[in-house]
Amino acid sequence: MSSDKPPILDIRGLRKKFGDAEVLRGIDLSVQAQELVFVIGPSGSGKSTLLRCCNRLEEPSDGSIRIDGADIMARSTDVNAMRRQIGMVFQSFNLYPHLTALRNVTLALAKVLGKPRAEAERIGMAALDRVGLAARGRAYPGELSGGQQQRVAIARALALEPKIMLFDEPTSALDPELVGSVLAVMRDLKRGGMTMLVVSHEMRFARDAADRVIFMDHGAIVEEGPPQRMFSAPSQARTLAFIAELTR
Amino acid sequence: MSRFLDTFFNGTVFERYLPAILKGMVVTIEIAVLVVITGILLGLALAVVRSFRVLAINAVIVVLVDVLRALPPMVLLLLVYFGLPNVGIVVPSFAVLWLVLALVLAAFAEEIFWAGILSIPKGQWEAARSTGLGFLATLVHVVLPQAIRLAVPPLTNRTIAITKNTALGTVIGVGEILNQATAAQSFSGNATPLMMGAIAYLILFVPVVALGRWLETRFAWRRA
Repeated sequence: MSSDKPPILDIRGLRKKFGDAEVLRGIDLSVQAQELVFVIGPSGSGKSTLLRCCNRLEEPSDGSIRIDGADIMARSTDVNAMRRQIGMVFQSFNLYPHLTALRNVTLALAKVLGKPRAEAERIGMAALDRVGLAARGRAYPGELSGGQQQRVAIARALALEPKIMLFDEPTSALDPELVGSVLAVMRDLKRGGMTMLVVSHEMRFARDAADRVIFMDHGAIVEEGPPQRMFSAPSQARTLAFIAELTR
Repeated sequence: MSRFLDTFFNGTVFERYLPAILKGMVVTIEIAVLVVITGILLGLALAVVRSFRVLAINAVIVVLVDVLRALPPMVLLLLVYFGLPNVGIVVPSFAVLWLVLALVLAAFAEEIFWAGILSIPKGQWEAARSTGLGFLATLVHVVLPQAIRLAVPPLTNRTIAITKNTALGTVIGVGEILNQATAAQSFSGNATPLMMGAIAYLILFVPVVALGRWLETRFAWRRA
Protein backbone atom coordinates (compact mmCIF):
# COMPACT_ATOMS: atom_id res chain seq x y z
CA MET A 1 0.00 0.00 0.00
CA SER A 2 1.42 3.38 -0.92
CA SER A 3 1.39 5.61 2.12
CA ASP A 4 2.00 8.92 0.34
CA LYS A 5 -1.70 9.14 -0.62
CA PRO A 6 -4.14 10.14 2.11
CA PRO A 7 -6.02 7.16 3.52
CA ILE A 8 -9.67 6.65 2.54
CA LEU A 9 -10.58 6.26 6.19
CA ASP A 10 -8.57 7.96 8.90
CA ILE A 11 -9.66 7.59 12.52
CA ARG A 12 -7.80 9.45 15.27
CA GLY A 13 -8.40 9.22 19.01
CA LEU A 14 -11.96 7.94 18.59
CA ARG A 15 -13.88 7.57 21.82
CA LYS A 16 -17.46 6.53 22.40
CA LYS A 17 -19.30 6.47 25.68
CA PHE A 18 -22.75 5.08 26.37
CA GLY A 19 -23.54 6.77 29.68
CA ASP A 20 -20.70 5.79 32.00
CA ALA A 21 -19.54 2.89 29.88
CA GLU A 22 -16.66 3.73 27.56
CA VAL A 23 -17.06 1.42 24.59
CA LEU A 24 -14.25 2.88 22.47
CA ARG A 25 -11.17 4.15 24.31
CA GLY A 26 -9.10 6.03 21.79
CA ILE A 27 -8.99 4.22 18.47
CA ASP A 28 -6.40 5.16 15.82
CA LEU A 29 -6.90 3.41 12.53
CA SER A 30 -6.42 4.23 8.90
CA VAL A 31 -7.49 2.29 5.85
CA GLN A 32 -5.73 2.92 2.55
CA ALA A 33 -7.43 2.88 -0.83
CA GLN A 34 -8.19 -0.67 -2.02
CA GLU A 35 -7.20 -2.11 1.32
CA LEU A 36 -9.30 -4.77 3.05
CA VAL A 37 -8.99 -4.45 6.81
CA PHE A 38 -10.44 -7.11 9.05
CA VAL A 39 -11.52 -6.39 12.61
CA ILE A 40 -11.80 -9.27 15.05
CA GLY A 41 -12.35 -9.40 18.78
CA PRO A 42 -14.63 -10.77 21.46
CA SER A 43 -18.24 -9.62 21.62
CA GLY A 44 -18.52 -6.35 23.46
CA SER A 45 -15.03 -5.30 22.36
CA GLY A 46 -16.48 -2.33 20.44
CA LYS A 47 -16.01 -3.61 16.86
CA SER A 48 -19.55 -2.84 15.73
CA THR A 49 -19.57 0.51 17.50
CA LEU A 50 -16.32 1.41 15.73
CA LEU A 51 -17.93 0.62 12.38
CA ARG A 52 -21.12 2.48 13.22
CA CYS A 53 -19.17 5.57 14.22
CA CYS A 54 -17.62 5.68 10.75
CA ASN A 55 -20.90 6.87 9.19
CA ARG A 56 -22.25 8.40 12.39
CA LEU A 57 -25.02 5.89 12.96
CA GLU A 58 -23.43 6.24 16.39
CA GLU A 59 -22.28 9.71 17.31
CA PRO A 60 -18.63 9.59 18.46
CA SER A 61 -17.95 11.15 21.88
CA ASP A 62 -14.49 12.37 20.93
CA GLY A 63 -11.83 12.09 18.24
CA SER A 64 -11.78 12.66 14.51
CA ILE A 65 -12.84 10.64 11.51
CA ARG A 66 -11.89 11.56 7.97
CA ILE A 67 -13.26 9.97 4.83
CA ASP A 68 -10.99 10.66 1.85
CA GLY A 69 -9.64 13.69 3.68
CA ALA A 70 -13.03 15.16 4.65
CA ASP A 71 -13.77 15.55 8.34
CA ILE A 72 -17.14 13.84 8.81
CA MET A 73 -17.49 15.28 12.31
CA ALA A 74 -17.30 18.88 11.10
CA ARG A 75 -20.35 21.04 11.70
CA SER A 76 -20.51 21.85 8.01
CA THR A 77 -20.69 18.18 7.03
CA ASP A 78 -23.89 17.16 5.27
CA VAL A 79 -24.49 13.86 7.05
CA ASN A 80 -26.65 12.41 4.27
CA ALA A 81 -24.16 13.31 1.54
CA MET A 82 -21.36 11.84 3.65
CA ARG A 83 -23.25 8.60 4.28
CA ARG A 84 -23.82 7.76 0.67
CA GLN A 85 -20.06 7.68 0.17
CA ILE A 86 -19.87 4.98 2.81
CA GLY A 87 -21.59 1.71 2.01
CA MET A 88 -22.83 -0.24 5.00
CA VAL A 89 -23.84 -3.88 5.19
CA PHE A 90 -25.56 -5.15 8.32
CA GLN A 91 -25.60 -8.49 10.07
CA SER A 92 -29.38 -8.74 9.69
CA PHE A 93 -29.44 -7.49 6.04
CA ASN A 94 -32.18 -4.92 6.81
CA LEU A 95 -33.73 -5.09 3.37
CA TYR A 96 -37.01 -3.22 2.96
CA PRO A 97 -39.57 -6.05 2.99
CA HIS A 98 -42.23 -4.09 1.08
CA LEU A 99 -39.99 -3.40 -1.92
CA THR A 100 -38.57 -5.72 -4.58
CA ALA A 101 -34.85 -6.45 -4.65
CA LEU A 102 -34.42 -3.95 -7.46
CA ARG A 103 -36.39 -1.24 -5.65
CA ASN A 104 -34.32 -1.88 -2.52
CA VAL A 105 -31.28 -1.02 -4.60
CA THR A 106 -32.77 1.92 -6.50
CA LEU A 107 -34.57 3.69 -3.62
CA ALA A 108 -31.59 5.85 -2.63
CA LEU A 109 -30.60 6.37 -6.27
CA ALA A 110 -34.02 7.82 -6.97
CA LYS A 111 -34.75 9.64 -3.71
CA VAL A 112 -31.27 10.81 -2.72
CA LEU A 113 -29.46 11.26 -6.03
CA GLY A 114 -32.64 12.11 -7.94
CA LYS A 115 -31.86 9.75 -10.80
CA PRO A 116 -34.68 9.25 -13.28
CA ARG A 117 -36.37 5.88 -12.99
CA ALA A 118 -34.81 4.32 -16.10
CA GLU A 119 -31.30 5.32 -15.11
CA ALA A 120 -31.79 4.22 -11.51
CA GLU A 121 -33.00 0.84 -12.73
CA ARG A 122 -30.06 0.48 -15.10
CA ILE A 123 -27.62 1.17 -12.26
CA GLY A 124 -29.62 -1.06 -9.93
CA MET A 125 -29.59 -3.96 -12.35
CA ALA A 126 -25.84 -3.54 -12.85
CA ALA A 127 -25.35 -3.65 -9.06
CA LEU A 128 -27.54 -6.76 -8.75
CA ASP A 129 -25.56 -8.30 -11.59
CA ARG A 130 -22.33 -7.75 -9.68
CA VAL A 131 -23.68 -9.79 -6.79
CA GLY A 132 -25.01 -12.47 -9.14
CA LEU A 133 -28.69 -11.64 -8.68
CA ALA A 134 -29.66 -9.90 -11.91
CA ALA A 135 -32.37 -12.50 -12.39
CA ARG A 136 -34.00 -11.85 -9.01
CA GLY A 137 -34.68 -8.13 -9.33
CA ARG A 138 -38.43 -8.56 -9.11
CA ALA A 139 -38.34 -10.84 -6.06
CA TYR A 140 -39.32 -9.53 -2.65
CA PRO A 141 -36.86 -10.05 0.23
CA GLY A 142 -39.21 -12.64 1.77
CA GLU A 143 -38.80 -14.75 -1.36
CA LEU A 144 -35.00 -14.77 -1.19
CA SER A 145 -32.64 -16.90 0.87
CA GLY A 146 -30.55 -15.23 3.58
CA GLY A 147 -27.47 -15.32 1.37
CA GLN A 148 -29.37 -13.73 -1.51
CA GLN A 149 -30.80 -11.07 0.81
CA GLN A 150 -27.35 -10.15 2.04
CA ARG A 151 -26.11 -9.92 -1.54
CA VAL A 152 -29.00 -7.58 -2.38
CA ALA A 153 -27.98 -5.52 0.66
CA ILE A 154 -24.44 -5.37 -0.72
CA ALA A 155 -25.80 -4.30 -4.11
CA ARG A 156 -27.86 -1.59 -2.40
CA ALA A 157 -24.72 -0.11 -0.87
CA LEU A 158 -22.64 -0.69 -4.01
CA ALA A 159 -25.07 1.13 -6.30
CA LEU A 160 -24.17 4.45 -4.68
CA GLU A 161 -20.50 3.92 -5.65
CA PRO A 162 -19.16 4.36 -2.13
CA LYS A 163 -15.53 5.16 -1.40
CA ILE A 164 -15.46 2.51 1.30
CA MET A 165 -17.69 -0.36 2.35
CA LEU A 166 -18.28 -1.26 5.98
CA PHE A 167 -19.37 -4.82 6.74
CA ASP A 168 -20.81 -5.51 10.18
CA GLU A 169 -20.65 -9.30 10.67
CA PRO A 170 -22.18 -9.84 7.21
CA THR A 171 -22.32 -13.64 7.47
CA SER A 172 -23.15 -14.16 11.16
CA ALA A 173 -26.89 -14.47 10.56
CA LEU A 174 -26.51 -16.94 7.70
CA ASP A 175 -26.79 -20.69 7.59
CA PRO A 176 -23.32 -22.18 6.99
CA GLU A 177 -24.08 -23.29 3.45
CA LEU A 178 -25.06 -19.73 2.44
CA VAL A 179 -21.94 -18.01 3.80
CA GLY A 180 -19.82 -18.90 0.76
CA SER A 181 -21.91 -16.95 -1.74
CA VAL A 182 -21.63 -13.75 0.30
CA LEU A 183 -17.89 -14.15 0.83
CA ALA A 184 -17.47 -14.78 -2.91
CA VAL A 185 -19.11 -11.42 -3.61
CA MET A 186 -16.86 -9.72 -1.07
CA ARG A 187 -13.80 -11.34 -2.60
CA ASP A 188 -14.95 -10.09 -5.97
CA LEU A 189 -15.30 -6.56 -4.61
CA LYS A 190 -11.79 -6.75 -3.24
CA ARG A 191 -10.49 -7.79 -6.65
CA GLY A 192 -12.36 -4.86 -8.15
CA GLY A 193 -10.42 -2.50 -5.92
CA MET A 194 -13.06 -1.68 -3.30
CA THR A 195 -11.80 -0.35 0.03
CA MET A 196 -13.33 -2.42 2.83
CA LEU A 197 -13.50 -2.48 6.60
CA VAL A 198 -14.93 -5.78 7.76
CA VAL A 199 -16.02 -6.93 11.20
CA SER A 200 -16.24 -10.71 10.95
CA HIS A 201 -14.96 -13.97 12.31
CA GLU A 202 -14.57 -15.71 8.97
CA MET A 203 -10.93 -16.63 9.57
CA ARG A 204 -10.36 -18.44 6.30
CA PHE A 205 -11.70 -15.50 4.37
CA ALA A 206 -9.50 -13.15 6.40
CA ARG A 207 -6.50 -15.33 5.72
CA ASP A 208 -6.74 -15.15 1.95
CA ALA A 209 -8.48 -11.82 1.35
CA ALA A 210 -7.49 -9.42 4.13
CA ASP A 211 -4.50 -7.11 3.89
CA ARG A 212 -4.48 -6.48 7.61
CA VAL A 213 -6.17 -7.90 10.68
CA ILE A 214 -6.95 -5.78 13.71
CA PHE A 215 -7.63 -7.35 17.08
CA MET A 216 -9.79 -5.30 19.42
CA ASP A 217 -10.58 -5.89 23.05
CA HIS A 218 -12.29 -3.67 25.63
CA GLY A 219 -12.66 -0.76 23.23
CA ALA A 220 -9.04 -0.58 22.18
CA ILE A 221 -6.86 -2.00 19.41
CA VAL A 222 -4.64 -4.62 21.01
CA GLU A 223 -2.54 -5.37 17.97
CA GLU A 224 -2.64 -5.47 14.21
CA GLY A 225 -0.72 -7.13 11.42
CA PRO A 226 -0.95 -9.20 8.26
CA PRO A 227 -3.36 -12.15 8.63
CA GLN A 228 -0.69 -14.83 8.42
CA ARG A 229 1.21 -13.43 11.38
CA MET A 230 -1.91 -12.48 13.37
CA PHE A 231 -3.36 -15.97 13.12
CA SER A 232 -0.19 -17.99 13.57
CA ALA A 233 2.08 -15.87 15.72
CA PRO A 234 0.36 -12.93 17.40
CA SER A 235 2.52 -10.97 19.81
CA GLN A 236 -0.10 -10.38 22.48
CA ALA A 237 -1.36 -13.06 24.85
CA ARG A 238 -4.96 -11.78 24.55
CA THR A 239 -4.88 -12.12 20.77
CA LEU A 240 -3.46 -15.60 21.04
CA ALA A 241 -6.16 -16.63 23.51
CA PHE A 242 -8.92 -15.22 21.30
CA ILE A 243 -7.64 -16.87 18.13
CA ALA A 244 -7.20 -20.17 19.94
CA GLU A 245 -10.82 -19.88 21.04
CA LEU A 246 -11.98 -19.10 17.47
CA THR A 247 -10.13 -21.97 15.84
CA ARG A 248 -10.90 -24.50 18.52
CA MET B 1 -99.08 -11.79 13.48
CA SER B 2 -100.89 -9.21 11.42
CA ARG B 3 -100.47 -6.78 14.30
CA PHE B 4 -96.76 -7.44 14.25
CA LEU B 5 -96.57 -6.87 10.50
CA ASP B 6 -98.70 -3.77 10.78
CA THR B 7 -96.36 -2.35 13.46
CA PHE B 8 -93.02 -3.05 11.78
CA PHE B 9 -93.77 -3.55 8.09
CA ASN B 10 -96.70 -1.27 7.31
CA GLY B 11 -96.84 -0.73 3.54
CA THR B 12 -98.53 2.67 3.62
CA VAL B 13 -96.14 4.04 6.23
CA PHE B 14 -93.25 2.58 4.26
CA GLU B 15 -94.22 4.40 1.10
CA ARG B 16 -94.89 7.69 2.86
CA TYR B 17 -91.53 7.82 4.67
CA LEU B 18 -89.25 6.14 2.14
CA PRO B 19 -88.06 9.48 0.71
CA ALA B 20 -87.18 10.74 4.20
CA ILE B 21 -85.23 7.59 5.03
CA LEU B 22 -83.40 7.78 1.68
CA LYS B 23 -82.54 11.39 2.41
CA GLY B 24 -81.23 10.23 5.79
CA MET B 25 -79.07 7.62 4.08
CA VAL B 26 -77.50 10.27 1.89
CA VAL B 27 -76.68 12.41 4.93
CA THR B 28 -75.27 9.41 6.80
CA ILE B 29 -73.08 8.52 3.81
CA GLU B 30 -71.87 12.09 3.48
CA ILE B 31 -70.87 12.33 7.12
CA ALA B 32 -69.35 8.86 7.19
CA VAL B 33 -67.18 9.51 4.15
CA LEU B 34 -66.04 12.87 5.48
CA VAL B 35 -65.29 11.42 8.92
CA VAL B 36 -63.32 8.47 7.55
CA ILE B 37 -61.20 10.57 5.19
CA THR B 38 -60.46 13.47 7.51
CA GLY B 39 -60.17 11.34 10.64
CA ILE B 40 -57.65 8.90 9.18
CA LEU B 41 -55.60 11.60 7.46
CA LEU B 42 -55.49 13.69 10.64
CA GLY B 43 -54.52 10.63 12.66
CA LEU B 44 -51.72 9.81 10.22
CA ALA B 45 -50.52 13.43 10.29
CA LEU B 46 -50.44 13.39 14.10
CA ALA B 47 -48.46 10.13 14.12
CA VAL B 48 -45.97 11.62 11.65
CA VAL B 49 -45.59 14.75 13.79
CA ARG B 50 -45.14 12.53 16.85
CA SER B 51 -42.32 10.60 15.18
CA PHE B 52 -40.18 13.76 15.21
CA ARG B 53 -40.15 13.27 18.98
CA VAL B 54 -40.38 16.90 20.02
CA LEU B 55 -41.14 16.51 23.70
CA ALA B 56 -43.55 19.43 24.18
CA ILE B 57 -45.52 18.72 21.00
CA ASN B 58 -45.76 15.03 21.78
CA ALA B 59 -47.05 15.74 25.29
CA VAL B 60 -49.87 17.80 23.76
CA ILE B 61 -50.68 15.03 21.26
CA VAL B 62 -50.72 12.32 23.93
CA VAL B 63 -53.02 14.29 26.25
CA LEU B 64 -55.36 15.26 23.42
CA VAL B 65 -55.53 11.73 22.08
CA ASP B 66 -56.14 10.20 25.51
CA VAL B 67 -58.95 12.66 26.28
CA LEU B 68 -60.62 12.00 22.93
CA ARG B 69 -60.35 8.26 23.40
CA ALA B 70 -61.61 8.34 26.99
CA LEU B 71 -64.70 10.51 26.51
CA PRO B 72 -67.87 8.94 25.17
CA PRO B 73 -68.44 10.54 21.73
CA MET B 74 -71.96 11.53 22.84
CA VAL B 75 -70.58 13.66 25.69
CA LEU B 76 -68.21 15.39 23.31
CA LEU B 77 -70.98 15.95 20.82
CA LEU B 78 -73.31 17.60 23.35
CA LEU B 79 -70.47 19.61 24.84
CA VAL B 80 -69.48 21.07 21.49
CA TYR B 81 -72.99 21.54 20.16
CA PHE B 82 -74.51 23.18 23.22
CA GLY B 83 -71.29 24.69 24.59
CA LEU B 84 -69.83 26.57 21.65
CA PRO B 85 -72.87 28.86 21.06
CA ASN B 86 -72.38 30.15 24.63
CA VAL B 87 -69.03 31.60 23.62
CA GLY B 88 -70.52 33.00 20.43
CA ILE B 89 -69.45 30.26 18.05
CA VAL B 90 -72.39 28.75 16.23
CA VAL B 91 -71.53 25.69 14.19
CA PRO B 92 -74.18 23.83 12.18
CA SER B 93 -75.09 20.47 13.68
CA PHE B 94 -73.83 18.62 10.58
CA ALA B 95 -70.40 20.21 11.01
CA VAL B 96 -70.36 19.47 14.76
CA LEU B 97 -71.05 15.79 14.14
CA TRP B 98 -68.37 15.64 11.45
CA LEU B 99 -65.84 17.47 13.61
CA VAL B 100 -66.40 15.40 16.73
CA LEU B 101 -66.37 12.01 15.02
CA ALA B 102 -63.37 12.95 12.88
CA LEU B 103 -61.44 14.00 15.98
CA VAL B 104 -62.33 10.79 17.81
CA LEU B 105 -61.32 8.68 14.81
CA ALA B 106 -58.13 10.73 14.43
CA ALA B 107 -57.24 10.01 18.06
CA PHE B 108 -57.61 6.26 17.65
CA ALA B 109 -55.95 6.32 14.22
CA GLU B 110 -52.98 8.24 15.62
CA GLU B 111 -52.42 5.57 18.28
CA ILE B 112 -52.72 2.78 15.72
CA PHE B 113 -50.34 4.43 13.21
CA TRP B 114 -47.91 5.30 15.99
CA ALA B 115 -47.87 1.70 17.22
CA GLY B 116 -47.19 0.67 13.61
CA ILE B 117 -44.31 3.12 13.26
CA LEU B 118 -42.79 1.93 16.56
CA SER B 119 -42.98 -1.70 15.51
CA ILE B 120 -40.75 -1.18 12.46
CA PRO B 121 -37.29 -2.50 13.42
CA LYS B 122 -34.51 0.00 14.06
CA GLY B 123 -32.48 -1.74 11.35
CA GLN B 124 -34.90 -0.40 8.70
CA TRP B 125 -34.16 3.17 9.77
CA GLU B 126 -30.42 2.50 9.93
CA ALA B 127 -30.29 0.84 6.52
CA ALA B 128 -32.12 3.73 4.89
CA ARG B 129 -30.15 6.42 6.71
CA SER B 130 -26.87 4.69 5.80
CA THR B 131 -27.71 5.12 2.12
CA GLY B 132 -28.12 8.86 2.62
CA LEU B 133 -31.90 9.06 2.97
CA GLY B 134 -32.91 11.79 5.42
CA PHE B 135 -35.28 11.32 8.35
CA LEU B 136 -38.38 12.35 6.45
CA ALA B 137 -37.51 10.39 3.31
CA THR B 138 -36.90 7.29 5.44
CA LEU B 139 -40.22 7.79 7.20
CA VAL B 140 -42.13 8.28 3.94
CA HIS B 141 -40.51 5.63 1.74
CA VAL B 142 -39.42 2.93 4.18
CA VAL B 143 -41.21 3.13 7.52
CA LEU B 144 -44.72 4.39 6.74
CA PRO B 145 -45.47 1.92 3.92
CA GLN B 146 -44.77 -0.90 6.39
CA ALA B 147 -46.44 0.80 9.35
CA ILE B 148 -49.63 1.55 7.41
CA ARG B 149 -49.85 -2.06 6.33
CA LEU B 150 -49.69 -3.13 9.97
CA ALA B 151 -52.30 -0.52 10.86
CA VAL B 152 -54.96 -1.58 8.36
CA PRO B 153 -56.64 -4.42 10.33
CA PRO B 154 -57.06 -2.59 13.67
CA LEU B 155 -57.85 0.66 11.88
CA THR B 156 -60.61 -0.98 9.84
CA ASN B 157 -62.40 -2.20 12.94
CA ARG B 158 -62.08 1.12 14.69
CA THR B 159 -63.25 3.03 11.64
CA ILE B 160 -66.40 0.93 11.33
CA ALA B 161 -67.17 1.37 15.04
CA ILE B 162 -66.79 5.14 14.89
CA THR B 163 -68.64 5.55 11.60
CA LYS B 164 -71.69 3.88 13.13
CA ASN B 165 -71.70 6.70 15.67
CA THR B 166 -73.14 8.94 12.96
CA ALA B 167 -76.44 7.80 14.54
CA LEU B 168 -75.58 10.05 17.50
CA GLY B 169 -76.29 12.96 15.18
CA THR B 170 -79.97 12.44 15.89
CA VAL B 171 -79.66 14.05 19.35
CA ILE B 172 -78.40 17.32 17.88
CA GLY B 173 -80.82 17.23 14.97
CA VAL B 174 -78.64 16.12 12.08
CA GLY B 175 -81.01 14.68 9.48
CA GLU B 176 -79.29 11.33 9.18
CA ILE B 177 -81.01 7.94 9.09
CA LEU B 178 -81.94 7.56 12.74
CA ASN B 179 -83.14 11.16 12.98
CA GLN B 180 -85.44 10.72 9.97
CA ALA B 181 -86.67 7.40 11.33
CA THR B 182 -87.52 8.63 14.83
CA ALA B 183 -89.24 11.72 13.43
CA ALA B 184 -91.30 9.56 11.08
CA GLN B 185 -92.09 7.16 13.90
CA SER B 186 -93.51 9.91 16.11
CA PHE B 187 -95.55 11.42 13.25
CA SER B 188 -96.98 8.09 12.15
CA GLY B 189 -97.26 6.44 15.54
CA ASN B 190 -95.90 3.34 13.88
CA ALA B 191 -92.55 1.53 14.25
CA THR B 192 -92.15 0.83 10.53
CA PRO B 193 -89.82 3.82 9.96
CA LEU B 194 -87.51 2.53 12.69
CA MET B 195 -87.40 -0.83 10.98
CA MET B 196 -86.68 0.98 7.71
CA GLY B 197 -83.84 2.81 9.48
CA ALA B 198 -82.40 -0.47 10.75
CA ILE B 199 -82.54 -1.92 7.25
CA ALA B 200 -80.92 1.23 5.86
CA TYR B 201 -78.01 0.79 8.32
CA LEU B 202 -77.65 -2.84 7.28
CA ILE B 203 -77.61 -1.87 3.60
CA LEU B 204 -74.87 0.67 4.29
CA PHE B 205 -72.73 -1.16 6.82
CA VAL B 206 -72.84 -4.85 5.88
CA PRO B 207 -70.78 -4.11 2.73
CA VAL B 208 -68.42 -1.98 4.84
CA VAL B 209 -67.93 -4.82 7.32
CA ALA B 210 -67.32 -7.22 4.43
CA LEU B 211 -64.85 -4.78 2.89
CA GLY B 212 -63.13 -4.55 6.27
CA ARG B 213 -62.75 -8.31 6.44
CA TRP B 214 -61.33 -8.37 2.93
CA LEU B 215 -58.87 -5.58 3.77
CA GLU B 216 -57.75 -7.44 6.88
CA THR B 217 -56.81 -10.55 4.94
CA ARG B 218 -55.44 -8.57 2.00
CA PHE B 219 -53.12 -6.51 4.19
CA ALA B 220 -52.24 -9.20 6.71
CA TRP B 221 -48.47 -8.91 6.96
CA ARG B 222 -46.64 -11.35 4.76
CA ARG B 223 -43.80 -12.51 6.98
CA ALA B 224 -40.43 -12.51 5.35
